[in-house]
Amino acid sequence: MARLAVNPTRMELRRLKERLKTAVRGHKLLKDKSDEMIRQFMNFVRENKQLREEIEQELAEALHAFMLAKAVTDKQDVVEALSLPGIEAEVETGEKNVMGIDVPSLSIRFKEGGDFLPYSFAATSADMDTAILKISELMKRLLQLAEIEKTCNMLADEIERNRRRVNALEYVMIPQLTETIKYILMKLDENERATTIRLMKVKSIIEKQEAEAAEKK
Amino acid sequence: MIKSGKIAVIGDRDCVLAFMSAGVETYGASNGEEANVILRKMTKDGDYAVIFITEDIAVQIPETLSVLKKQTYPAVIPIPSSQGSNGFGMAGIKKDVEKAVGADVLFNKD
Repeated sequence: MARLAVNPTRMELRRLKERLKTAVRGHKLLKDKSDEMIRQFMNFVRENKQLREEIEQELAEALHAFMLAKAVTDKQDVVEALSLPGIEAEVETGEKNVMGIDVPSLSIRFKEGGDFLPYSFAATSADMDTAILKISELMKRLLQLAEIEKTCNMLADEIERNRRRVNALEYVMIPQLTETIKYILMKLDENERATTIRLMKVKSIIEKQEAEAAEKK
Repeated sequence: MIKSGKIAVIGDRDCVLAFMSAGVETYGASNGEEANVILRKMTKDGDYAVIFITEDIAVQIPETLSVLKKQTYPAVIPIPSSQGSNGFGMAGIKKDVEKAVGADVLFNKD
């Protein structure tokens, strides 16, 4: 692992030790966050899968019924019957906070308590009515699906991003810092030893000179 | 923060008729390109909270959908068309699981 390009000084050592402490702490926090996000994600995604399975089946059935009903009715009549809906659906959108990410929260609201079947029954078949009622009923659950699915999408994204951060800390930042700290410690120790040796050497030279001077006298 | 948004359905013209009476806005699109144009206009508008798109068309525009996945609104959700589901929606969930957990832990039973 490459070490950082820094001067091996005590000041630098202190700074790096501080950084290592922060990195380790951050790593632990992010890892905990990741665990919790995955736990929540699994809950959401299970619900998502179940809801989607149910809705896919029901909606396919309803649409199929609608198609059949449409086939036995004059096309012009169908368009005429359905073009002016008696109700207007709207969603109230909010934002929920799940693990620090904003996910949508939706609730449906039908404007004007009108009729779901805003047409005369003369031109269309009864199958059409049931199919349309079924689809209208499904709208609420479709929105629920939309909410959960979007939450899952965003959580999955966030989990991936978080994992990158954790890995960057674990496999790059922390080893780099430890390596550099070790390097500085070694260098400082080495310097200390060099100083001691130098002092010993100087002392022995001085002693030798003093001994020679004493002999001359 | 509560706001109200619109719901839209994009799909082939026949399919979309069924949703018309449920009070949502419907747009007919016969292929991916048309749907792309509609989607782009919708996102620019910003009024739409949820856009349902039939799977047979959603399959054709994965790039646009993956861009929209990153923002909170609009939520673009694939739904089965009258021919039934082609598994695109489920594949989306599967992909999410793989992305988040690293392995498919939800679907490997079947």
